[in-house]
Amino acid sequence: MRNAFITSLCEAATKDKNIFFVTADLGYSVIEDFQRQFPKQFLNVGIAEQNMAGIGAGLAASGKKVFIYSIGNFSTLRCLEQIRNDICYHNFSVTVVSVGAGFHYGALASTHHATEDLSVMRALPNMTVIAPNDPIEASLAMREIFNHTGPCYLRLCKERVLHSSPPLFALGKAIEVRSGTQLTLCAIGGMLKTALDVADLLEQHGVSVQVFSVHTLKPFDEDAIAEAAEKTQHVATIEEHTVCGGLGSVVAETLLKMQVPVRRFASFGIPDTFAKKYGSRDFLRAQYGLAPDAIASSLCAWYGLL
Amino acid sequence: MLHSGQSAHAGSNLSCADILTVLYYGILRVDPQCPAWPERDRFVMSKGHGAAALWATLAAKGFFPDGWLATYYKDDGYLPGHVTYGRIPGVEFSTGSLGHGLPFACGLALAAKRNGSSYRIFALISDGELDEGSNWEALLFAPHHNLVNLTVILDYNKLQGITSVSKTLELEPIAQKLTSFGWRVAEIDGHDCDAIDAALRVDQGAATEAPLFVIAHTIKGKGVSFMENNNDWHYLNLDDEQLMRARDEVQQMI
Repeated sequence: MRNAFITSLCEAATKDKNIFFVTADLGYSVIEDFQRQFPKQFLNVGIAEQNMAGIGAGLAASGKKVFIYSIGNFSTLRCLEQIRNDICYHNFSVTVVSVGAGFHYGALASTHHATEDLSVMRALPNMTVIAPNDPIEASLAMREIFNHTGPCYLRLCKERVLHSSPPLFALGKAIEVRSGTQLTLCAIGGMLKTALDVADLLEQHGVSVQVFSVHTLKPFDEDAIAEAAEKTQHVATIEEHTVCGGLGSVVAETLLKMQVPVRRFASFGIPDTFAKKYGSRDFLRAQYGLAPDAIASSLCAWYGLL
Repeated sequence: MLHSGQSAHAGSNLSCADILTVLYYGILRVDPQCPAWPERDRFVMSKGHGAAALWATLAAKGFFPDGWLATYYKDDGYLPGHVTYGRIPGVEFSTGSLGHGLPFACGLALAAKRNGSSYRIFALISDGELDEGSNWEALLFAPHHNLVNLTVILDYNKLQGITSVSKTLELEPIAQKLTSFGWRVAEIDGHDCDAIDAALRVDQGAATEAPLFVIAHTIKGKGVSFMENNNDWHYLNLDDEQLMRARDEVQQMI
């Protein structure tokens, strides 16, 4: 997704001289091409995220369309108040970009696990929160961001292409990737592949599964999810993120707010804890029950299939 | 304003009033009739708790009606207790949380430099504010990028939230620190209007590559004898009698 992001940025920077990319000294082997092509639209502020967010706001106040970039927690939590006050409060067009979502840097331990970013960013007024599920969605999201006024958060992870062709894409509109009648599965931020694998496993047991790519957490596509839940009566969410305040929380809030009674609801994510073990992304996902077979067997119980 | 709104920060406001006056009456190229004029100089009031002094200055310059001042700190008023961007003409940036103005000003200065624009960027910061690490990120950044269009003014009244700066977190030798960072440093009496004017004006067309840092030695509560250098006036509200005394003293100075 990093490559999809930087390719989109290069394309836009050719046409729009106000596109401005700022990094806090990260992006080795990814950003060099942009830097070479657009030296006047590039800035490495050094390892100084608070300064990066403040400078980003100053650039945006001067008419630039700014992207500030670092690893998960550094571009978000390290400079949270700058994002809130300097960027969101002024409604400046600054996109906060984080790479290495969730357990991407698994073996580097919890300082590098970006596992609370979605709920924290979602709480900020004016902020649009985007977590694409594959590189195609990342490119489409960038196209929307270029035309958007106001702050965005773009959470990038490593995931292969899942969409066989570019889907209809709009910020705040969930994409129905697979239709089904007995279960609605919602996935965000690189968990679409897991959701599709879960759907495959459940279909083997005869359960018809509808799958949504929820690439935008805020604004949230309340209507699509409420309508789907009303039909299937069974809803589950999958995210590589804490269960506190992320996709599961948003869906639960939505169903209550819109008074959609469902028979079953489950939120699959990372429990409210720091990782106790070290290892690869897939190893850590499995530790917290985020492997497709674990999710599928848990959901099978809803249908008396175990 | 501080009396009718029963707001704090009287000392902090009086400390920077002379600097604001010189900026708006002698230095800044701004147009109250056209606050968004693209070529205007940008002023960032990083010590956002000095809002009342800024509001009084902006009103006197005609950015908004004098009547707004009476609504300061009041329910549904026009003017809040911290510098706030959006609905108040002449304000570039919201502050109140310390350590935010300087990085923002660096962004403005870098954009102006890259665009080839000639306007200047000024940021007024407080001494206690320099405890915040974000400032030091920006203080490293501006000389590295030769932001010659940036001028920082330090309102150095030597007092902060609880006690003196030197008892809390010593800044000295501040001039030496900033010089070693690559700033051009000027040191002035922050209540001598001619000195303030000269320090801020000298920058124009200077054949230099370094940003300017003006250390303005000030007195917290300047102009009101019972407030001067008394840190209680970071928090206290004026009662009727104190207001009369303060007003008399200030009027005698004029």
